[in-house]
Amino acid sequence: MIIENFEHHQYAHCESGVTVNLLRYYGIELSEPMIFGIGAGMFFGHLPFVKVNGVPGTTFRIWPGYIFKRVSNQLGVKIKVENFKTPEKATQALDEVLASKRPAGMMASVYYLNYLPPAFRFHFNAHNLIAFGKEGDEYLISDPVMENVAKVSSEDLAKARFAKGFPEPNGRMYYPVQAPKTVDLTKPIWSGINQTCFFMLTPPVPFFGVKGIKFLGKKIKQYPAKLDPRRSALYVGNIIRMQEEIGTGGAGFRFLYAAFLQEAGKKFGNDELLHLSEEMTTIGDQWRNFAYSAARTCKARSGELHSYDELGDMLIDISGKEKDFFEKLKKVAKGRK
Amino acid sequence: MKKEELPQDKKIIKGEDNTLRKVLYVTDDSGNYESAQSDGWEAENYALTQAWEDIDEHIAETREKVKSGEVSPIAYFMLKNLMDIPILASYVGKWKWVVKRHLKPSVFKKLDKKTLERYASVFNITVDELTKFPAA
Repeated sequence: MIIENFEHHQYAHCESGVTVNLLRYYGIELSEPMIFGIGAGMFFGHLPFVKVNGVPGTTFRIWPGYIFKRVSNQLGVKIKVENFKTPEKATQALDEVLASKRPAGMMASVYYLNYLPPAFRFHFNAHNLIAFGKEGDEYLISDPVMENVAKVSSEDLAKARFAKGFPEPNGRMYYPVQAPKTVDLTKPIWSGINQTCFFMLTPPVPFFGVKGIKFLGKKIKQYPAKLDPRRSALYVGNIIRMQEEIGTGGAGFRFLYAAFLQEAGKKFGNDELLHLSEEMTTIGDQWRNFAYSAARTCKARSGELHSYDELGDMLIDISGKEKDFFEKLKKVAKGRK
Repeated sequence: MKKEELPQDKKIIKGEDNTLRKVLYVTDDSGNYESAQSDGWEAENYALTQAWEDIDEHIAETREKVKSGEVSPIAYFMLKNLMDIPILASYVGKWKWVVKRHLKPSVFKKLDKKTLERYASVFNITVDELTKFPAA
């Protein structure tokens, strides 16, 4: 069986893309930047003590599941989110949802998804995709990072949904059950902007938001003294990967966020938002410069103090720019509904 | 980033084309945002290449360490499956310190059949393939 009216479109980011594709099926047509902005998806975090394969974790986005929930909540879309104890129960529930003509969003590990190029298949569990049909033993999959529709065997999908590690998907499945006929975006947009300003400016610990970027900049400066050249290069390489490799739309979601502010600015006829969009584009370009310089430093493998020092300074500068940016954005959004 | 600056660098990893055409957000001549497809960018391609080189080096080193009796075959298959101790521990349903102990050849030799089967099934191999590694 196949859910006929479901359309697959490719997007930059998995969870935002899944949300766009799911909502379109229920008649709500929104762009990916709009979903990302309303979902308050932009973030920064660096956790030196949470290591994956020995490398500290860096993130440019809010935690998994947040965007879909927030957007649905803001737009008045009723959703169902379920976790399961066993793969059997999860598969049965998925089949029932598909039989009721509802495309189902799921959290999955990319390790078991055969349609992705082998070099991408790490134990990364926070990926999102949609099943919208089943043919024999294979599910029809709309994976937003793919140009075309893919297929996955029920065995591989079950493994991907019950991958272990961090975070554990526990078979998580989510889908809208009821959507309003019309949506007003004014309040959701301002609320999303306020939320992102809050996430970026207020965390009291140094690991998150604009403080987190500065924190990482300082850490990078210490790499040559604390780590051998190989580990220093791997640590910095991982930042580049989180920023560019896995669907972020470029510059660790900064371009996606600038596109959102531009769309919101045009919609409201608000010049301040349009200016801030340009400013975020410039910040995004700075992140790209950082990634470019970081890759060159990795390649040299010299562990030279001055090059790591420069990389650290680049991030400390970006941190200041983002702090300034979000303080301005906060003023523009203050009291708006 | 301007549309004309969008890189199109194919992702060649270990000699294989691993390109995944993806969507990026770029600006046109008037500064308007649009989405565009890119094959990849040399900076991210290098970061991924480097990560795989490190993994492959580790796997080769660990293979030698199994041969010389420094670590048990579990250490080798753990890396081969791109896992670390926390991930492997949650797959076999054991404490991290228990898995760490199983990386010692002396402890590994005494493991019962049931435990070996558990590891073998996580690694998608037979118990023989696990215990007799590296046979050939």
